[in-house]
Parts: sequence; structure tokens; C-alpha cells
Amino acid sequence: MQEENKSARFERVVLPHLDAAYNLARWLVRNDADAEDLAQEAVLRAFKFFGGLHGGDGRAWLLTIVRNTCYTWLQRNRAHEPPTPFDEELHGAEGANPETILLEVADRRVLEQALEELPVEFREVIILRELEDLSYKEIANVVDVPVGTVMSRLARARRRLHLSLTARREEV
Amino acid sequence: MSCRETQNLLHGYVDGELDLLNSLRVEGHLQDCPACAHEHRNQHALRTALRTNSLYFNAPTKLQKRVAANLRAAAKGEPEPRAWPWRRLAFAGALAVVTVVALGLLFIPSRPAREELLAQEVVSGHVRSLMASHLTDVVSTDQHTVKPWFDGKLDFSPQVTDLSAQGFPLAGGRLDYVGDRPVAALVYQRRQHFINLFTWPEAPESGGGSRVASRQGYNLVYWHRAGMAYWAVSDLNLSELQEFSRALQSPT
Repeated sequence: MQEENKSARFERVVLPHLDAAYNLARWLVRNDADAEDLAQEAVLRAFKFFGGLHGGDGRAWLLTIVRNTCYTWLQRNRAHEPPTPFDEELHGAEGANPETILLEVADRRVLEQALEELPVEFREVIILRELEDLSYKEIANVVDVPVGTVMSRLARARRRLHLSLTARREEV
Repeated sequence: MSCRETQNLLHGYVDGELDLLNSLRVEGHLQDCPACAHEHRNQHALRTALRTNSLYFNAPTKLQKRVAANLRAAAKGEPEPRAWPWRRLAFAGALAVVTVVALGLLFIPSRPAREELLAQEVVSGHVRSLMASHLTDVVSTDQHTVKPWFDGKLDFSPQVTDLSAQGFPLAGGRLDYVGDRPVAALVYQRRQHFINLFTWPEAPESGGGSRVASRQGYNLVYWHRAGMAYWAVSDLNLSELQEFSRALQSPT
């Protein structure tokens, strides 16, 4: 009887966020098959530890588990994460006017590629902020860093994204 | 409001995370400053592009089915509460041990990797402090002014040493962020060179002594002393930076 209640509650509180779970996993590991496995593993893990969620936001809680599951996987499969030497201090973002950038990022594939090339710690804050629309506080909980770090990471992530999109435009 | 302050707050502004007062201040500055307004339009364009380009990956139907099936199995497979409590307890104990070991393996980065990361952050902090003319939050050549300034801003009290007699006058102090924690940055000077000394509480992981490194043309000397980590970074030549480090470590 108790198990049924738990299942029902889980289906109501957590399961509606399966899309969010898959979206985050897909952006973190960057391929469909692994993202499906990891989202599924995370949901099962969430179910196992569901007793630990008292009230609170089911989505942010699930996303935290997804993130941890994906990071464990990424650490085992480091080769998938290419080193991204990049010295943002040496690059300037001057001279890029907003119209050109808008035009450039209108191409979904270009934007997707630029996002995928961001180091994972920058990619995740962009995904959580722009696609999941989480607040700084919620992101801070999911990523387990102070709120101030969320803001500075977002700033750096956007700057990198901006530079990478500008560079792409110049290559064309 | 200055451009630098605006740039710092701009992301909070775009994300609707600022309080009303700061929002109004940023807005006021954006109306007066074409450069910052340009940056704001850029941020806005980028964010619109991210949100309107259907970058969201929805869960495929087969994943939904898989999850539903697995959840049913998991719900059935879970043992009745109170059944075999000692076995559950033993299992929980074993799991806890495994988890602790696994966490230890996963989340404590190896020392060289951590040092590499810190070196990068310290150099970035140094470069940032010089570039944005935000070298000091408290400008003072007096250690007795700089040290109390940190009170209440940090969860520790940094040691502030007067080294003017050794040729390294104090220029001031600043809050910075290194290794995912707020740290004290003390700024010393040698001729026209600035030295940023970053310090925070940290137990030494290996034997004493200073180590040196070089990143992007900056020299670094770092050491532990009395439960604190110290990282000195400067474009000053290495031998003088080591002299600075020795002067700090010599008993006073």
C-alpha cells in the first residue's frame, strides 16, 4: 500500500520533469543514446531516494541527480570531453554588432555547435538558465556552488559563446 | 554607476536577478552609456536566440516507455518496509561505505589537477584585477587598516604583514574568488610591479616549502603556513617574487 503511494506521488511530483532530465543529460553528454541511459538511470535513482525529498521542487531535485549521474559518467568517459584551450582574457569581443550576431545565431545548428563546444561547467549553467529557466538560487543548488559563482560563470559562459559565434562569422 | 559596475551587474539585470534599486541604477546607466547599452543588446540578442531556436531536447517516446516500465519493476522489487531489517541495515552500511569511498575517489581532484586549476584561477584573478582597474577594495599602505577591513567579509582573518622595510610596500586589499570560495587578496608593490597575494584557510596536503610555477608570463610562488594557503602572483621576476615569499614566511 505504502509503495503504491510512493509510486503515485513520484509520478505526480517528479515524472513530469522527464523532459527536463533528458534535456540536461543530452546537453551534458552530447549524444542521444547515452543521454537516454543516463536520464533513465537518474530517474530510477531519484525513485530510490524519493523519501529524501520533503516538499521542495521536484524538477530542481531531479536535475541535481541527473547532473551528478552525468558527471560520474563523464569522469569515466573523459575522452568524450575535448580539452578546450581558450584564453578569454586575450580575446576581445569588440566590434561585434548585435544585428550580425542575431543573424548568425538564427542558424540553429551553428548555435548548437557553439554550445556543445563550451566546457561542461559553462554549458550546464547556460542550459539551466536559458532552457530550464532556473533562478540563480536554483542553479546554485543544482550545481552546488555559491550564487555569486553562478553569476560569474554565466557571464563567462555567455562571453565565450558570444566570442565563438563572432569567430564563426569571421570564418565564413 | 560606473561601466565596470554595470558590466558586473549586467547579467543579473538581464536575468531579472537584481533588486529594484540596482535594476534602476543599471537602467539609468544603459540610457547614458552607448558602450554598455551595446553590450546589453548583445546579451539580449544571444539570449533571445538561445530561447527561440528550439534547442530543447524533449524525452523520446521510447525513453518515456522505458522509464515507466522500469519504475513499475522498481516499485514491485522494493522489499516491504520492515522486512529483514538487519539485512537492510547491513546493506545500508555497506552502501554507505561504498558511497563514501566512491565520493572520495570522484570528487577530490588529484593534487596536481587542483594545483593547476588554482594556478589558472590565481593568474586570472591577477589579470582581472589589473585589467579592470579593480586592484583594491581598500586602499591603504597600513596593515592595521587593511586587516580589519576583511572582518565580516570573510569567514577567516587573513594575516596582513608589513613588508615595506623589505621593499614590498602594501598597496591595499580586495575580496576575490578562488577555488570556489571567497578569498583575501592582498596587493603589494615592487617598483611598478604589483603582486597579488591570495590567501585562504587550507590544510597542507604535502610537505612544507614553497613551490613555483609560471603561467602566461606570470610567476607564481605558493606555500602553506599555519593552516593557510598562500599564492603570490606577479609579472615580477621569479627571484624577487621568491624573496617576497621568503620575507612573508620569515618569523616576525
